[in-house]
Formats: sequence, structure tokens, C-alpha cells
Amino acid sequence: MAFIGQGLDRVDGRLKVTGGAQYAAEFRVPDLVHAVLVQSTIGAGAITGFSLAAAQSMPGVLTIITPENALKLHAESNLPQAIRAPLLQDMDVHYNGQHVAVVVAEALEQADAAAARVRVQYRRDEPITSMDAVLDQAYLPKSFRNGERPADSRRGDPDGAFTAAQVKLDAVYVTPIEHHNPMEPHATIARWDGNQLTVWTATQGISGTQQSLAALFGIDPKDVRVICPYVGGGFGCKGNTWPPATLAAMAAKLVGRPVKLAVTRAQMFTSNGYRPRTVQSLRFAADQQGHLVSMRHDGISQMSQPVLGEFAEPVGLATEMLYACPNVAVTHRLVATNAPLPTYMRAPGEASGNFALESAIDELAVALKQNPLDFRMRNYAEQDPHENKPFASKALRECYRQGAEAFGWSRRPSEPRAMRDGNVLIGWGMATSTYPTHRMAANAYVRVNADGTALVQVGTQDLGTGTYTVMSQIAADELGLPVQRIHLELGDSRFPHAPVSGGSMTVASVGPAIKTACQAVRAKLSNDGDTNVALPELLARRNMPSVEASSEAKSGEEQKRYSMHAFGAQFAEVRVDADLGEIRVSRYVGAFDGGRIINTKTARSQLIGGIVFGIGMALLEETHVDGETGRVVNANVSEYLMPVNADIPDIQAILVPNDELVSNSLGAKGIGELPMVGVAAAVANAVYHATGVRVRKLPIRIEDLLV
Amino acid sequence: MIGFQYSRAQDVADAVRQIAAEPSAKFIAGGTNLIDLMKQDVERPSRLIDISRLPLRSVEETASGGLRIGALVPNADLAYHPLIAQRYPMLASSILAGASAQLRNMASTGGNLLQRTRCYYFYDTATPCNKRVPGSGCSAIAGLNRMHAILGTSESCIATHPSDMCVALVALDATVHVAGPAGARVIAFADFHRLPGDEPQRDTTLQDGEIVTAVELPERGFSAHYTYLKIRDRLSYAFALVSVAAGLELEGDRIKDARLALGGVAHKPWRDPTAETALRGQPASQATFASAATILLRDAKGYEHNRFKIDLARRAIVRALTQAAAGTPQLQSSKKIA
Ligand SMILES: Cc1cc2nc3c(=O)[nH]c(=O)nc-3n(C[C@H](O)[C@H](O)[C@H](O)COP(=O)(O)OP(=O)(O)OC[C@H]3O[C@@H](n4cnc5c(N)ncnc54)[C@H](O)[C@@H]3O)c2cc1C
Ligand code: SF4
Repeated sequence: MAFIGQGLDRVDGRLKVTGGAQYAAEFRVPDLVHAVLVQSTIGAGAITGFSLAAAQSMPGVLTIITPENALKLHAESNLPQAIRAPLLQDMDVHYNGQHVAVVVAEALEQADAAAARVRVQYRRDEPITSMDAVLDQAYLPKSFRNGERPADSRRGDPDGAFTAAQVKLDAVYVTPIEHHNPMEPHATIARWDGNQLTVWTATQGISGTQQSLAALFGIDPKDVRVICPYVGGGFGCKGNTWPPATLAAMAAKLVGRPVKLAVTRAQMFTSNGYRPRTVQSLRFAADQQGHLVSMRHDGISQMSQPVLGEFAEPVGLATEMLYACPNVAVTHRLVATNAPLPTYMRAPGEASGNFALESAIDELAVALKQNPLDFRMRNYAEQDPHENKPFASKALRECYRQGAEAFGWSRRPSEPRAMRDGNVLIGWGMATSTYPTHRMAANAYVRVNADGTALVQVGTQDLGTGTYTVMSQIAADELGLPVQRIHLELGDSRFPHAPVSGGSMTVASVGPAIKTACQAVRAKLSNDGDTNVALPELLARRNMPSVEASSEAKSGEEQKRYSMHAFGAQFAEVRVDADLGEIRVSRYVGAFDGGRIINTKTARSQLIGGIVFGIGMALLEETHVDGETGRVVNANVSEYLMPVNADIPDIQAILVPNDELVSNSLGAKGIGELPMVGVAAAVANAVYHATGVRVRKLPIRIEDLLV
Repeated sequence: MIGFQYSRAQDVADAVRQIAAEPSAKFIAGGTNLIDLMKQDVERPSRLIDISRLPLRSVEETASGGLRIGALVPNADLAYHPLIAQRYPMLASSILAGASAQLRNMASTGGNLLQRTRCYYFYDTATPCNKRVPGSGCSAIAGLNRMHAILGTSESCIATHPSDMCVALVALDATVHVAGPAGARVIAFADFHRLPGDEPQRDTTLQDGEIVTAVELPERGFSAHYTYLKIRDRLSYAFALVSVAAGLELEGDRIKDARLALGGVAHKPWRDPTAETALRGQPASQATFASAATILLRDAKGYEHNRFKIDLARRAIVRALTQAAAGTPQLQSSKKIA
């Protein structure tokens, strides 16, 4: 019986709801002490001194670490940039909320009370707090996408085609700073045994954390063990080894005892990256029939000071491949400010870039007086127009069809302000979604026992998305065992290496590794003729207690031959109070081609969760930074607004079948990020349809509609 | 958070005695506001005097036909109390428009009155704030001020009082009963909260050592024609950008009496007698409502990010009075925009 494709309950669900699943901060480590971070209160300048006497004399205080007594770390230049973010190695202050000291005490309350008494003296410089004021100083990224490709691309003659075109749009779209705010804040417990370091830490990548910590402390990666069986959400902010984990290990070394450092919610706003603000200029043009003739997408995203590293929000990548257009130019630029280093946040670049791209497409459709769906279909890309390769598969047409039908799109009046219910204006909007199918090499270990149970170990991590469950299903099918008999272990760097859980690639990377390891186990037992015999039976015949195998899986030629992407179609209905400007999403349909779906239940949860994330992006989420000081003023989840249950309507998430097996041996395209791409544009387009007001910035708020 | 002592008050007199003996102590009721502020080091009481077990939890009818609400009646109990739901639905509605179910279970009547502003800067001890540290300056005037006041502001402070419940209480002519070292007294609700002036550190006219013991409602509840309209960014768990409590007494289509109060716009729940006078005796029409709004907002002043609130308040007043006149109050249970 096949487990793949079933809507199985989470295998770890019971553990989670009964509190049995242990998260990083919950491990009991004897002799543990507590560390609390102290953060800068200026936006730029340097520390000139500390007044520590009052804090040091508080009960329970063991030490206060400042740049004056911090361990000197090995600043290897090949380390990921994020982990070089301030680690108490010098006195410079690059942004407000930078870590400047760590207080270690016997009890958390003691460390916290002492931290409130640490006084820091500064030399103050004038911080650059807003990118908008310095857009004219935009610069080319040094290493866009880690040097995988140039920051700019061009095909045909977009400027010439724009000048000659009949129907044009030239508009600027703005997206705000957003913070990931997973439910579980960053937390680390660090313990040294001689020169060996063990960390229990909330991370999307135990292998990366192992490498980073080894490099920073100048030890062999084999001497670093990273344990992380459960993660309470990441959305990208746990993808790097951010300073709090390193500082916990440093503190443990300095006090000679295990140290726990849990970042507070407020500190989460300056400790682990954010989605940078973007200003995107789009110049699109079409001919009278509605064929796109020119697309130009110039994106600028906010950066920290360049000494802290580099991160460019890749807003233009989907513009290169989503529509069949002969003349396309995309550029990416950065603007340095006194902010922390930005990072990946769920669908980095795709989500923010898509808001501009799919709003612009809607605007052109309006200018052409064409139905936005027909306009998209007219410009459908049958193959990847940027890489000039066929798609491994593309069921976008089917997504459009099924989504439109479920939503009732054909009944949409073409004019805005055409649907009304009392004081409420109703509007319908749509957008296309796409996200690339990524994959990295991964390894797995499998052992099958004569009693019919199997052990699978892999050094991946479960962000809460369902990795335990889907990997168990894959192993069960490949071994021919019931899923209940698979014991899956992950989240320990002693297990075979697997990549970071990011870029929606865990199933596509780790799944094939488990699959090949299972096949290797079978190969060890099977002779000709007994391929249909159950593995426990084969073990019994040979009188063997168990059989094991390890295996690596990685992508091959298919990467070169095909362009690989997941797709989707987003449809939103909004209700807007005609006088008061209040906006609510009242109906939502998304249809997605995520390749083969391993578990329809966890998949649907991802899709619905992504759409909720997108509704937050459209209408609520924004980090506010004080213009004078550069401090985040809404560093809490009361004022950093995310949707609550009451804001979310019934969401219909449609899984469009696609049985392609070219992308990888499971045919999985990845669905973690896809569902939030396009939501903001669909909502913005619906707001336009309801009110006739085009809002080109996020989030869309009441004041934007008081006209 | 810094360390503090803890003690329980045995009765109201003991509570007053304890706080008189230690002026840096604070009462704690539901703790939903005070504990947050202590965690941020904004409030640093030397002692918490726990008043949550005092026998101030009942809702009683008064001789004059009104109700007396004990200071420790939880917000949720008050909203669902049959007498409140029947006779003062505007008050019930305002409470249900606030916070979340869990918070309303913990929050007390007295604590709701005395909750402090949600101004971002007030919460951040690294920034200047006259309300938190008198004389240090106001970060909001030239900073981020979307949630701030448009009426009754001063050069020292432009914060708002965040309560929903208090907007209905001022509209209903409630009174506040307090006890203190100098004995008991009664304060008209409109005089309980104050404007910032040059002493924004003082939110209310409560004297040192005084405790709120009850809130009293007079007989008239405007239960036939009322509304509580709250405009906010999300449907729950968010403070009002603008809210309007409206109550009308109609004779045919003429307004015999009117109550109109606004939340989210000033340092206190805002009620303006001249706007109510402008409504009295007039037809219940859009024109009447619009002119009352113009009068109420005549001195409104916007700042960089909250200018829209002046226009929003005008529209909200018209909508609220329309809802009240039509007997179609804003529902808080069905979370849909009307
Ligand atoms: C996330 C969040 C969202 C919220 N949203 C809303 C909203 O939308 N609308 C709204 O109106 N409110 C909202 N609130 C605020 C909530 O209503 C208040 O926190 C609550 O009413 C305070 O009551 P309490 O009993 O918990 O007060 P406490 O926190 O115990 O006390 C608050 C203050 O009152 C003093 N105090 C308490 N009782 C007395 C008394 N009897 N006499 C004298 N002094 C006293 C205390 O010393 C303290 O200074 C929200 C709160 C939170 C945390
Ligand atoms: S508005 Fe009032 S509370 Fe806010 S910063 Fe200014 S003084 Fe402080």
C-alpha cells in the first residue's frame, strides 16, 4: 500500500500537543546558567566605555561580556556573512539594537535585572535610518546570489521596445521591512566538554551551524555537535548562525558552565535578519492586442552597513521567466543604511518582487481593457524565455483554470466599483505565483530490523512543516513497511549530512536520499526473483538481525536540461467599506502546481499558512523604524500586526495534480514558499477592482483608501 | 524586570494604608497592563499590592435605578452581565470590541480605567518620553505618530488613552467611586482622565494613595439607539484608530437627546457637549450628523502620520450616528464589516 500521496496525520502531532516535543530552550542540562543580551541604544557610532559596577554587584551575576573581554573569534573570510554580524569583536556600532554586551547569571531573572543596569557610553554619529533618503546612492551588489549569477540581465531591447509601444506603464512599487516572527524565538543552550562543543539550538540548518561554530571557535567541525529535534517555525530567520547562538557558546566557554541564551521577542527584531524594504521601478509595455513587448524591473533593496555582509532581495528573477516577452531587463541594487543585515524571509525576492510584477500586469490589463486572466494567458510562457529551456513541467494553465472555476472568476464585472453590498464595495483580484524548484545534495542512513521495524537517520530538521511525517512516508513506501514501523530521527549533526531547510527544498533534497538509501538496503538482500518478498522475511531467511545502508543523492543532468519551477494561481475577494476604508479579505482561492504531493494534509496546511502569511503582507505587516534614532518602535507582536483568526476567511487551497518525475525522483517541487507568492498582488488588485484606487505600496491601509 | 516585594490587601482600607506607607508601590488587579510594563522596565514598583481578592466583584442595582460595578469585575463578566447587555448594550459592545477573550477574562474594571497609553515610545526606555520621564521630551511629535491624538494635545505629549470601555462609560455619564487616605469621593467620568498639558505623567485626577472601588452607571442606557463603532487595522487584538460611542433618544425622526464620545483620538475618552447640543432638536439626518462631526473636530490637529484620523473620525461619527438612529448597532460578535 502506498503511503505517498495520503493525507496522513503528523507522526509527531501527539508529541507536540502533549508537550512531549522538546524545543531548544527546553532541554535540561545540569549546572545551567543564563545569559541575557544588552543591545545598543544608538543608531551609529562607537562604544567609548561601560559602567558595569552596579550590574556586576547584583545577586547571581557571574560575568558581563563586552568587546573589552570577549573571546577573540576566528573571523574566517569564507564564513557566511550573516555570522560575522557583530559578535562583540570591536567597539563599532552599526545599528540601533546591536548586541553590545552579554550578562551571565545563575538565574534568568538575575541576568535580566542586571542587564537593565548595564550602562554604555557612546560616541554618536548620525545614523542613516531610511533608505528612501539615499536612493541616489544605490550600488551594485558585490556578490549577487553568492556569485551564482550577475545582478542584472537583459534580453532584446527593452528600452527601444518601450519607446515604440502603444500601451505603457511606468510605476514605482514599495514593500516594507518585515520580520519573520516565528512562534519560537531563537534559543541556544551551549555546553563545552573540554574542546568539544554541544549546542541545542533553534535552527533551520544544523549542518551550517556546525560549520560556522567550528570556524568561529577554531575547532574541528567533528568537535561540534548541534541538536535540534524540533523548530517552532523559521521562515528564513533561522537559516544562518546568527550572533545569539555564537554568543551563547562564547559565554559558556568564559564561565565554564553550560549557558542558555533565549532571545526576547523585542530582540528578535534586531538579532536575526528581516525582509528588507524595496523600492521597485517597473516599465512595462504591450501592443494593442495585449502581447507584452517590454518589461523592465529595477529593484533596490535596503542593506545594513556593507561591513556586516551583503544581502540583496532578488525581486526581479521571476520577471525574467514568468511571461513570454522578447525584451526584458532586470537590475538589482542596494542602499546602505544603519540597519542590521537583512536576510531571507519566506519567498525572499519572489514575494516582494511579485507584488510589483503582478500589480503591473494587472495595471496593463486595465489599460488594455482586457480580463487580467486572459491577458496572462495571452502571454503564457510555454518554455523558460530567460534560460531558453523547456520546463520540467508546468501545470500553470491548469492552476488558472481550476482556480478561476472554483472562484467564479468568469462572473467578474470588468469595471471597478461595480459590486456593492450596502456600504461595502466588493472587488476580485488575481495574481500568478511561481517559485523555483531547488535541490542540494543530501545523505541518509537506513537500517531495517528483522522484527519489521526500520530506523532512518538524516541530518535535516523539521521546521514544523511536517518533515518527520513525509520522510516516514517515503521510507515506508520504499521499504514496503507500514509507516508506523518507521522510526525517523533527524535534528542531530551526528546523522548524515543534509542541507539547510530553506528554499522549499527539503523534500526534493532529503527525500531522494532516503529513497536511495532504502533501495541500497533492499539491494543488499535481494537476489533475482525475490524482489517481491518483504524485507523482514528476507532477513529471517538469511538469519540476519538487520541490514543497513547509507547513501547520498544529488541532482544530475536534469538541472542543465530543464528549467524547474512550481506555479500557482491566486484569487482574492475583498470587501472595502466605501466611507471608512476598512479592508477585509472575504474569500480566497489558490490553485497550485507543487509537483507530486507526498502528504495532502501537511501540504494543504502549508498552502493555507502561506496564504495567511500573504494576507498579512498585503494588509498588516510592517516594521516601523524611528527616523531619528533608527530604533524599531513596534518590536512586539501587539503592534507588529499579523492577521488574527477573525481576519482570515475560508481559504480554498487546490492541489493541481502533476505526476512529473523529471525534477527529482519524487517529483516534488516544494510548497513552503510558493503559496505566499502572489497573495499581496491578488489582494491589491482586488482592492483596485473594489474601489478604483491603485495602491502601489504595502501594507495597504485604511488611510490609503480614504479618498 | 527588576525585583519587587509582594503583599495582599486584606480590605480596601488595608490597601489604602499599604500604599500610603509605600508610595513607590503599585496596586495589581488583572496585571494585563502592569506586568507588561514591568517587563519593559517602564514601571518599576518597589512592591505589588495585590487587590485582586478584594470583595469588589459584584454588579448591583442602585436606588436611583442605575448600576454599581465593583472595580474588580472582570471585563468579560461585565460585558456578558444580563443587566449590562439589556440596559447598557453600548457598554457591553465597547468591552467586546477590545483586546481578546483571554485578556478580557483577566482585565478588571478598575484596571481598564487605569491602563496606560500604547504610545510606542512610552514602552521603550531607550527613548525620550515626557510621560515616562517628565522633562525628557516627546519622541512621538516628530517621530512615528500614526496611533496618536488629534484632539487636546499639548507640546509635551500627544498620546491617546487606549481604552474602549471608557469611551462608552463617558458617553453614559458614569461616575467613579474612589477611596483614599482622605476618605471616599466620587468623580464624574469626564473628569477622571485628564489632558496632558505640561504634566503628561498624570493620566488621571486620582490622588496619591487612592483606589478605585466602583464605577456607577445612571439609569439612562440609550439601549434603543446606540452603537459602538471601532475602526482598527485588524479585527481583534488591536487598539482603535478611531472609535465612536453614540447614543440617541429619538422622537419621531427628531433627536431629543444625544451622547457622542470618541476613542483613539485624545489623551482621554473625548466627549464634547457642544457637539451633542448641535444634535439635540435636529432631524436625524446625514446633514445633522455631519455638522455635529464638524463641530466636534473643529480644533483637531494632525501630525505627520495621523492626519488621516481627522477625516476618518468625521466619517466614523456620521456612520455611528446613522447606525444609532437606525437601531442597527455595529455588531462585535459577527466579525464582519457592516
Ligand atoms: C495585547 C493587548 C491588547 C489590548 N487591546 C485592548 C483594546 O483593544 N481595547 C482596550 O480597551 N483595552 C485593550 N487592552 C488593555 C486591557 O484592557 C487592559 O490591560 C486591562 O483593562 C487592564 O486591567 P487589569 O486589571 O489587568 O489592570 P492591571 O494591569 O492590573 O493594572 C493596570 C493599572 O491600573 C492600576 N489599578 C488596577 N486596579 C486599580 C484600582 N482598583 N484602583 C487603582 N488603581 C488600579 C494598577 O496599579 C496599574 O497601574 C489590551 C491589552 C493587551 C495586552
Ligand atoms: S506622546 Fe506622550 S507618551 Fe508618547 S512619547 Fe510623547 S510624551 Fe511620551
